[in-house]
Amino acid sequence: MSSQYKLIRCTINGRAVEQMVDVRASLTDMLRNDFRLTSVKKGCEVGECGACNVIIDGECFNSCLYLAAWADGKSIRTLEGLMGPNGELSDIQQAFIDEAAIQCGFCTPGFIMTAVEILESGKEYTDGELRKLLSGHLCRCTGYENILRAVKKTMYKRLGKTQS
Amino acid sequence: MYDLKALYEAQSVQDAVRLRLEHPQAQIIAGGTDVLVQMREGKRAGAELISIYGIDEMRGVSLDEQGAIRIGSLTSFSHITRDPIIQKYINVLGEAVDLVGGPQIRNAGTIGGNTCNGVTSADSASTLFAWDAVIELTGENGPRRVPIEEFYLAAGRVDLRPDEVQTAILIPRESYENCSGHYIKYAMRNAMDIATTGCSVNVVLSEDKRTIRRARIAYGVAGPVPLRARTAEKTAEGRPFTAETAEAFAAAVLEDIRPRDSWRASKAFREHIAVELAQRCLIEAGRRAGGVPA
Repeated sequence: MSSQYKLIRCTINGRAVEQMVDVRASLTDMLRNDFRLTSVKKGCEVGECGACNVIIDGECFNSCLYLAAWADGKSIRTLEGLMGPNGELSDIQQAFIDEAAIQCGFCTPGFIMTAVEILESGKEYTDGELRKLLSGHLCRCTGYENILRAVKKTMYKRLGKTQS
Repeated sequence: MYDLKALYEAQSVQDAVRLRLEHPQAQIIAGGTDVLVQMREGKRAGAELISIYGIDEMRGVSLDEQGAIRIGSLTSFSHITRDPIIQKYINVLGEAVDLVGGPQIRNAGTIGGNTCNGVTSADSASTLFAWDAVIELTGENGPRRVPIEEFYLAAGRVDLRPDEVQTAILIPRESYENCSGHYIKYAMRNAMDIATTGCSVNVVLSEDKRTIRRARIAYGVAGPVPLRARTAEKTAEGRPFTAETAEAFAAAVLEDIRPRDSWRASKAFREHIAVELAQRCLIEAGRRAGGVPA
């Protein structure tokens, strides 16, 4: 059987794009191969590790379990979209560095995109709630505590509150 | 790349029905959190897929003319948890589906997919069984409705005819009115795990909150498909809301459940857990209904 393609029109990190995709491609495949957005990692590819996590229409999805064909009409955000106009890091990325929430860095883009969804909700969460919200990611280096600390710190900073 | 032969994207329910008839060998895909994993594992190598994920009319929660809660089959777990109608009338369903996988899975996975899989461990299933949910299936001749207990035929097999797609799940008004419930998922981890056993209980108490007027209990992973424990239900009916009743109720579930040994847990352990969960769930459901266990 000949290959089947679909023309996708979507927004990636604020830019409207058009791309012909193979219907067999996952969104991870499309973002990495067609758009060179390599912050989107290929980890387990079965939706368990969260390394491929991206934000689609405001909600986090494991892009490995998402058909590229479904991206049509969607607004997709990846870690690359957090970069400032002069290449500056965002507050949450800086917090990951400051709190040593990174070692090998493979889980980091996925974690940060979940953190972005958490932070943009504008809500204040308890440690327990944050742990649950971050539970869709595996990190084999840090033991999670520093990641939790980085997210919590940024949450309080954005809410203009002092950390209790 | 997934090893798929062709992808057919349905734009509407009618379109999905047409595609089902045109491609009888094709597999339906909704949120993809199970089907795409199975494809990765090579279980569906070379499969044709009918994607219903783009059918927005199958999303959302509403109250229909009869006062039944209508949950579109493509509503994601996270949207169910956040929905005001769910929170008001059947909060326990929102809580139960908030225990599925992790946050990203709950944004992608759908309640229709969870039930059409026909697996006993589905976190939504025991609560839907316990609340007498009705499944709406739409085919060539329009929609038909079946009680969820009849929808599950065997492990991994549901009553979905060759021309049909599941379009909604309904909770009738008489089922949710004055009713409060509780669900406990027993698993090895707090996230990204499949239930060893799951138990959902709901009760209607008398006006003075002292007597159990109606109790319903259902399990996941206590048999090949989710199931109700009717002996236990009868045991609790009409009895005072007390710790003693909860004990008798819980002991009676062993008459109804038939768990098995698996690599996740032994039969003996599952039976032990099932009794403990029944007791805790009944007490908590009663508390939520305004009762104080004597």
